[in-house]
Amino acid sequence: MSAEANFTRPARLAAIAPYVWMALFFLVPFLFVLKISLSQTAIAQPPYTPVFSLDEGWEAIKTAFAALSLDNFRLLVSDDLYVLSYLRSLAVAGVSTAILLLIGYPIAYGMARLPQRWQGVAMMLVIVPFWTSFLIRIYAWINILQHDGLLNQILLALHVVSKPMVWLSTDSAMYLGIVYSYLPFMILPLYATLSKMDPALLEAAADLGASPRQAFWRVTFPLSLPGVGAGALLCFIPIVGEFVIPDLLAGSNALMIGQTLWLEFFNNKDWPTASAVAVVLLLLLLAPLLLYDRLQRRQLERT
Amino acid sequence: MSKDTGNPARAADSNAESRSAPGMPLLRIDAVVKKFGQFRAVDALSLDIQAGEFFALLGPSGCGKTTLLRMLAGFETPDEGRILLGGEDIAQISPHQRPVNMMFQSYALFPHLSVRDNIAFGLKRAKLPSSEIGARVKEMVTLVKLDGLEKRKPDQLSGGQRQRVALARSLARRPKLLLLDEPLAALDKKLRESTQLELMELQRRLGLTFIIVTHDQQEAMTMAARIGVMDAGRLEQVASPRDLYEAPRSRWIAEFVGDINLIEGKLDTIEGSHATIARRLAIVTEQAGTIHIAKPSHPLSRTSVCVAIRPEKIKLSRRAPVSDDVRAINRLEGVVADVGYLGGVTGYKIELDSGLILRSSLANTARLDSDAYGLGQRVVAWFSPEDCVVLEQ
Repeated sequence: MSAEANFTRPARLAAIAPYVWMALFFLVPFLFVLKISLSQTAIAQPPYTPVFSLDEGWEAIKTAFAALSLDNFRLLVSDDLYVLSYLRSLAVAGVSTAILLLIGYPIAYGMARLPQRWQGVAMMLVIVPFWTSFLIRIYAWINILQHDGLLNQILLALHVVSKPMVWLSTDSAMYLGIVYSYLPFMILPLYATLSKMDPALLEAAADLGASPRQAFWRVTFPLSLPGVGAGALLCFIPIVGEFVIPDLLAGSNALMIGQTLWLEFFNNKDWPTASAVAVVLLLLLLAPLLLYDRLQRRQLERT
Repeated sequence: MSKDTGNPARAADSNAESRSAPGMPLLRIDAVVKKFGQFRAVDALSLDIQAGEFFALLGPSGCGKTTLLRMLAGFETPDEGRILLGGEDIAQISPHQRPVNMMFQSYALFPHLSVRDNIAFGLKRAKLPSSEIGARVKEMVTLVKLDGLEKRKPDQLSGGQRQRVALARSLARRPKLLLLDEPLAALDKKLRESTQLELMELQRRLGLTFIIVTHDQQEAMTMAARIGVMDAGRLEQVASPRDLYEAPRSRWIAEFVGDINLIEGKLDTIEGSHATIARRLAIVTEQAGTIHIAKPSHPLSRTSVCVAIRPEKIKLSRRAPVSDDVRAINRLEGVVADVGYLGGVTGYKIELDSGLILRSSLANTARLDSDAYGLGQRVVAWFSPEDCVVLEQ
């Protein structure tokens, strides 16, 4: 009996559903973007050439294909603006992920160690900010950080500073915003691995002479690495492409790639270059995405 | 805290002379109490364990045996009492500083470490030189017959192999005392039996002190030289397997360990009438008439007692046995109400005319069933006064 015979028809349909979804809403749009990235800017509607048109026949499509070129990608490499944006994005994502890990790990560890009935409450507290719109929360931070905002008022009242400090439009404000926004994505996978750990393992470590500190570094931490990996990638990947937080909280002297892409698309109306930026960004993120996928797979095989 | 406990694995070698003064037990549990809220899991329990002993803690689940073991390992702290190991009170010492190791019921092997690294874990924590760690790991691997599997991870091992890794890991530090929490519970029956023998062999050869917690009386009987039966946080009886079975101290023990027939009765106070039969007491029962029992070594304090007799001590015959045989002085007539064939033995339930059910088990010494008794058959059940135990509580 073949393996397929074990599954009913609806089950088989359910199994291909995610692939259909991916093809329709990821692969097809990506092919559009890829095609536009190979086109040239034009003052037209849409603002690029060539345009494939099915009603002009096979020959027209063939000429359109021949008109595609890699010029936009050459531009990306030749102009510092793009390279620096990519590098800044990777650096910001790297630093933010490290900070998130340093803050998120102790919180997740503490949560996993709480009595069972308090773990649910702690989980709620981590998730509750999601109930408010993301944009509103970022605007709230602007309110807090601005010249006559809450933070400066408190600092002045406590006589920590004598005149208001500049918080807004700095990298610190941006990191604050990113860490604040992404913390749950770091905590939840960490908590998931830490809470699954058999407490008998720590007892065994203590029984074999490991101090609590040694038990943590020799047993708990290595066993939580899948959670560390998942949390880090779950934060790193979207932070690289982050647009809203740097745009609202950071200064305008250095741009992240998401901001550069926005400028090309909306300000310069340069769809082909913006598309090329997006394609390269996706290629850059392919490595961490595949890594994340492998980690998830291995986790599944374990359980 | 002395240096000894701080670095047990290293100290173990030079430990032989300082182990204990003669006559002093290796482990003394002294009036230990452990409460969880209002519940007294271990209730003023005292016990001495000698060096080199194989001791089993037996009891139903929830009796406190695991809590007691966890206090010895240091995972629970006693609320009252002392735990003396080699004369030193370890009750408040944290687990990683105790010269005691434990083998966990779940094995608790580190899933991210190989067999070799699992075994070496405790040795590395003791900061032994790496050459010695290597040698010790090799020795342990050979001891538990895991040669060739050193590089495997726990999830690449069978249940039996995992059990061996857990054992090797807990032995590697050469603990003064090894605690085993249901070490064989996860193995299938055949493997369990062979492992029981190997554990005993190992314990004898290495001269170690083992305390094993089990709910399986067969296992406790097979392996341990002494068994402590626990109930409700207290030790009901501490005795050798034979004494536990043949001379239970209480009704509860008699019923907990093995099968037994219990017959309520009153001590016949007019002992004069039995003067002809030396060293015997007569117990008058409502359901089985007068039962003659051997006079117990200690005087009875109550007249209302209970006669206990194991099923295999009750013989059956079709006709009454020769009347002047003293061993057949107790004879009860009844009908076979149930027959249970178990291979080596057959269990019978004999319903007496009074309604009392007596259980008897007979060894199937012959292959053919010409000896067997059938349902509804009238038989005589008889047993010797020496085989009866009289219980007061």
